[in-house]
Amino acid sequence: MAVETISKTPEVSLPISSDSITLRISRFNPKNDLSPIFAEFKVPIQKWTTVLEAILFVKQNLDHSVAVRYSCRQASCGSCGMRINGKPALACYTKISELNSNIVTVEPMHNFPIIRDLAVDFKQMFANHKKMKPYIIREDSEIASDTKEFLQTPEEVEKYLQFSYCIKCGLCNSACPTMATDESFIGPQGLAQAYRYVADNRDDGKKERLKIIDQSHGIWRCHFAGSCSHVCPKGVDPAMAIQLLRGYLLGFRK
Amino acid sequence: MTERMSNREGLKGMANPTRYGLERVAYWLQRLSGLGLLAYLIGHIYETSSIVNGKVAWDKMLELTQTTQGHLILTLVIGMCVYHTANGIRVMLGQGGIGVGKPGQPEYPYKAASLNYKQRLCIWVSIALAALAMMYGMAVLFGD
Repeated sequence: MAVETISKTPEVSLPISSDSITLRISRFNPKNDLSPIFAEFKVPIQKWTTVLEAILFVKQNLDHSVAVRYSCRQASCGSCGMRINGKPALACYTKISELNSNIVTVEPMHNFPIIRDLAVDFKQMFANHKKMKPYIIREDSEIASDTKEFLQTPEEVEKYLQFSYCIKCGLCNSACPTMATDESFIGPQGLAQAYRYVADNRDDGKKERLKIIDQSHGIWRCHFAGSCSHVCPKGVDPAMAIQLLRGYLLGFRK
Repeated sequence: MTERMSNREGLKGMANPTRYGLERVAYWLQRLSGLGLLAYLIGHIYETSSIVNGKVAWDKMLELTQTTQGHLILTLVIGMCVYHTANGIRVMLGQGGIGVGKPGQPEYPYKAASLNYKQRLCIWVSIALAALAMMYGMAVLFGD
């Protein structure tokens, strides 16, 4: 990969900062470029500086054309997923001081089409998510008159709660070895969401969802490599969800 | 170009065991040993089919397996076979939802319950069993 070095120095006066790192940002515009190049920037950091803050420093002071998607800056929106020093992670959730490296390389997540630079297209992941019918399916409704809310015990809630914390950041799909080669695979995000609703005792859509995932590019393509759970920033543990979900199809669970 | 546009990691990424912990190494070894055993099966069918060409052809083929290289390949096959079986049992049980932990409230730093010590122990045991079997195989093949 070609490396373009930009030796711009920050023109702003920086508060109490003595350390600096080299931030290497992958630059690629599929409309104009044949292959990605790396642009390098010297960025001042403090103990608490996150990778997202470093990228935003570059945008504010050195090169405003760097494309990055972000929103909440607190690991809630799932927008700033990218590869940081080779591993998928949220830029807002990764402190530079924890990387133990003076060179930080940021690249777009694998297994998603690149829109530009660090921003990737989530169209397929959202489509797969929708395919899982991510809502409670049942004939009656808690919002109709003369009905009450559907009560659940804490134990019943615990069966699906952790899987409902998914922020759809796409890190699991980026780390998955099956996603790396099979573009029709539903992916750990979608499968974990299928389990989230199948395990919910208010839901009656189990049969529908199991039928959707029981196909050649569905749940059987997961080989329990665990990489999805390894990178999940919210503790969703998609690998567990997929194995438990498979238990329904294999008859281990009812 | 399609590969670049989709930005898929491809075979290179799938076969890279270095970034996602021991479970990814186990996955990689499982795939590699599976392919190795498939290659051995094909070779074994070719080897045993030589018997239809008569005793001379069969003896000639057997001589090949009695060489140092032949013994090394057989030792490797023993290791692949043991690892693939032991780790395969772990994966099959896991895929039935056994030993992957129970869902619960995730707490910081969000260690995944499915990547628990039992799984890791089973992976190490599979590797150790394969190593032991290979050592025994070498002792038998290269011994007096």
